[in-house]
Amino acid sequence: MAAPTALSFQDVWVEYGDKIVLEKVTLDVAEGSFVSIVGPSGAGKSTFLRLTLGQEAPSRGRVLLDGERLRAEPGPDRGVVFQRYSVFPHMSALDNVVFGLECARAPILGRLFGAARRAARDEAAAMLAQVGLTDALDVYPRELSGGMQQRLAIAQALIKRPRILLLDEPFGALDPGVRLDMHALITELWRDHGLTILMVTHDIKEAFKLGTRVLAFDKRRRDPQAPHRYGSTAVYDFPLDDKAPGAVPAELAPLAVVEE
Amino acid sequence: MRRLLNASPQAGGRLFLGLAPILAMVFIYLLASSARHAENPTDRLLPPVGQIAAAVQTMAFEADPRTGEIPLVADTVASLKRLAVAIVIATATTLLLGLMLGLLPYVRAGLGPFVATVSVIPPIAMLPILFIVFGLGETAKIVLIVVGITPIMVRDLALHVGALPQEQLVKAQTLGASTWLVTLRVALPQALPRLIDTLRLSLCPAWVYLISAEAIASDVGLGYRIFLVRRYLAMDVIIPYVVWISLLAVAMDLALVALSRAAFPWAHAPKAA
Repeated sequence: MAAPTALSFQDVWVEYGDKIVLEKVTLDVAEGSFVSIVGPSGAGKSTFLRLTLGQEAPSRGRVLLDGERLRAEPGPDRGVVFQRYSVFPHMSALDNVVFGLECARAPILGRLFGAARRAARDEAAAMLAQVGLTDALDVYPRELSGGMQQRLAIAQALIKRPRILLLDEPFGALDPGVRLDMHALITELWRDHGLTILMVTHDIKEAFKLGTRVLAFDKRRRDPQAPHRYGSTAVYDFPLDDKAPGAVPAELAPLAVVEE
Repeated sequence: MRRLLNASPQAGGRLFLGLAPILAMVFIYLLASSARHAENPTDRLLPPVGQIAAAVQTMAFEADPRTGEIPLVADTVASLKRLAVAIVIATATTLLLGLMLGLLPYVRAGLGPFVATVSVIPPIAMLPILFIVFGLGETAKIVLIVVGITPIMVRDLALHVGALPQEQLVKAQTLGASTWLVTLRVALPQALPRLIDTLRLSLCPAWVYLISAEAIASDVGLGYRIFLVRRYLAMDVIIPYVVWISLLAVAMDLALVALSRAAFPWAHAPKAA
């Protein structure tokens, strides 16, 4: 793949006091790739995601988005879907999506009026149609099922056309059948929109099924007396250009057992 | 036999069970009143219904020949005015401070300890200060209510806003929202139903401060009246006034619930099956 680099981590460390969470993370994420991130609990997957999101700043090293240093603050160039609480309970499904447009187009009032409002609503409705929520424009999130809430959260993120879409265990709380539907949906959206996706997941099969590349985070070294002194890094990095289904490599099998 | 845990009354039964304690209280009063009056016809402590009705007639339906006003109406208007002004000031302050304390770490660092300290001062202990500073007029009474209820309302709202899922705040930022827009479109709408709830809980202390202030220095008001007639042991006036105050409080509470349901359907919407 000769796609340009969208996101670049250069010798990134994250430390809290003397506790090292991530160490020596150096990797490039190509534009248009779907990177799955797996690893045991406490292996820094979430920290890695928060780093990309800007919720956290590296204590050493640099994170670059399109060659520029990332601001340590969430911004509209990086969309996110969390496992829960990604949608606003007080807005209807349509308003949840329109909100992203209003933030850009009405920075003072936070609301659009007249023709601008109609245009934004049409745009949002079209996005909701793409995730299969045409019939639920006016309902509040708590009236939606878990899968539909995640569809809404995806539509909400995509309306901003983010450079990177971050998924934090997005399907972890869903029923198996719903999860399969969501896999199909996210694959389709990834292809149609040419998205660059980073997805943290506990489900190793899901990681290999969806990703074009799988990163496994874990500690490279362990000190039994002071386990916090060594941080995690990407210990395995599998490119899956052929996207062979169900091919969980033998090295990762123990990891899969731990997580199930 | 079903467990008591699993047995619940139907609509009619619920109404009856709800009314029963109130009816029982009235019944016990009537029994005690007639027993005392059988022994001493001039007893003032538990006046019979007829005497209370006569007092209600004088207080609520006849103009006082001295002022030309109906006492109950004049008292109610004066008290509710004080309460309303105080509630508006307290609610507006709570909304402003609660949002800022809940959302902005710098404000929390600066004002949090101050609000926490102010909220432990017993407001009644400050009443002499308020009377000295603001005089015996309306201002001191209103300030007492405001000082009494605002700190706790602010702390409650700030906690609620601070407990909004971090995910929501991050999500809003990834949608391009500034601090201002997160406040206006994400935190404020979700704070409003809680603001109504915290106001409902603060109405009771608000009445306490209102009546205290009126009892000490006033010439009209519900609290003024009951403490005035207390000197003559006029239970026939005090009892209907207390009942009237409770009815007003219940009506305010119900109105706030109705307002919350009408204005924030999302906070009361049914969950997905």
